[in-house]
Amino acid sequence: MVNTKVTLSGLTLDNPVIPASGTFGFGYEFADIYDINILGSISCKGTTKDSRFGNPTPRIAECTNGMINSVGLQNPGVDKVMSEELKKLAQVYSKPVIANVSGFSIDEYAYTCGKIDKAPEVGLIEVNVSCPNVHNGGMSFGTSAESAAAVTRAVKAVTTKPVYIKLSPNVTDIASIAKACEEAGADGISLINTLLGMRIDLKTRKPVIKNKMGGFSGPAIFPVALRMVYQVYEAVSIPIIGMGGVSSARDVIEMMLAGAAAVQVGAANLVDPFVCKIIIDQLPEVMEQFGIENLTDIIGGSH
Amino acid sequence: MNNGIYKILLNERIAKDVYKMILGGDTSAITAPGQFINIGLEGFYLRRPISICDYDDKTITVIYKVVGQGTDELSRLRPGHTLDILVGLGNGYDCSKSGNAPLLVGGGVGVPPLYNLCRTLIGHGKKPTVVLGFNTADEVFYEDEFKSLGAEVFVTTVDGSHGTKGFVTNVFDEIDYDYFYTCGPMPMFRAVNEKAKTGGQFSFEERMGCGFGACMGCSCKTKNGYKRICKDGPVLEREEIIW
Repeated sequence: MVNTKVTLSGLTLDNPVIPASGTFGFGYEFADIYDINILGSISCKGTTKDSRFGNPTPRIAECTNGMINSVGLQNPGVDKVMSEELKKLAQVYSKPVIANVSGFSIDEYAYTCGKIDKAPEVGLIEVNVSCPNVHNGGMSFGTSAESAAAVTRAVKAVTTKPVYIKLSPNVTDIASIAKACEEAGADGISLINTLLGMRIDLKTRKPVIKNKMGGFSGPAIFPVALRMVYQVYEAVSIPIIGMGGVSSARDVIEMMLAGAAAVQVGAANLVDPFVCKIIIDQLPEVMEQFGIENLTDIIGGSH
Repeated sequence: MNNGIYKILLNERIAKDVYKMILGGDTSAITAPGQFINIGLEGFYLRRPISICDYDDKTITVIYKVVGQGTDELSRLRPGHTLDILVGLGNGYDCSKSGNAPLLVGGGVGVPPLYNLCRTLIGHGKKPTVVLGFNTADEVFYEDEFKSLGAEVFVTTVDGSHGTKGFVTNVFDEIDYDYFYTCGPMPMFRAVNEKAKTGGQFSFEERMGCGFGACMGCSCKTKNGYKRICKDGPVLEREEIIW
């Protein structure tokens, strides 16, 4: 009998598989198609201080082995997320969830994180300093070590739960940014967010996405994500949640060997709504195939 | 929503760039006319959402237009080939809102979902009138099929090569109706909204990520708040639409 349990800053997960923010809504709609209590945790839809509609449509473009999205953080705002969405999720999911927070100023990050920290359903806060979709948004915070650290300090000052900083891959030296977040008090690092990309329609000769550019995700970015998790693992000693193109139990193990303590599954949920269940079901078999008894033993095992 | 493997039983061209496909498999997840399926295609990352034209216990009929590489690939698949499909997506049309004389208005590849709707309404004892709009005669399909159901059918073409010359709204004055259902392109929707005298329902199209409400890729603003075309739609009530 293999052991799939992993731990994130004192939070024990039955398995390392977590649907990534923005690809699973607030989870409860997936409860109609399978028992979502099997999930290690759920990273909820990105939440901001105020309600947001997000970007104009089209917000989606297809790519070879991936997709571009430019949703723009559509969400009902932190108050409604706490009073409605997290309550609905709690009716069908009994484990602690990950709140995913975005902001447009350091004050806003602190305000939203300070509020959602008090939600009893939340076990961990993931701070998105990297969303490339919003013109005046996260991009600037995630692209310099100083501003990422400033967000980290501000959020840590007003929260009691573990704070993980979700980093942007659209940078030259991700390890130095991760290191700055660790020094500023981050309890962990999530990576990677989407890569900035675009597609052009040959018929209209215009960008497919209304906002021209968006976040590229899917299996095509897995090697980039894996490389960055590997680099960050060497730079920090706090836990890493690895993500970017993960679509199978083998991908989960590969991501953990690079240094991830847990793994998020993103775009794959949109193509196959059952993918997290399939990965969790297959994980023990793949562990046995590669002689893994305890998943925690392999974290960073490739270094 | 169901996920299953479906076998292609028929896949044939019925008009210019338009194909009819019959798929064999479980149809129990379909609950209303106007719902859609999301077809996985080898070599393409995202699924292709296509409206359900008709269904019975064991088969689903879809009619689609070749508009890009994905639908082109779909049109080349032969009977016997199997496809991974999500079935029973979207809200579909609400037949209970219809009076005795519903008007069904379809434009181009907006026509197919009206077929099962028409059949269902007739099954409820209603007397539907159907207006099918196309650009040219070689694009026309399903005129006889709607007639066979027992509906009164008008066809319009923009160039006048078949039926009445002009747009679907050109024949509205000849029709006595007490509610309408429509599916088609946005310019047609605007014309229908200007011309129609009753309440009605519009079925929208949008580029989708997932097709089942997870990604917020196809959101729109309505008078009743933000809605996802794939999950809260594709059918919206006339009163809630912001033009």
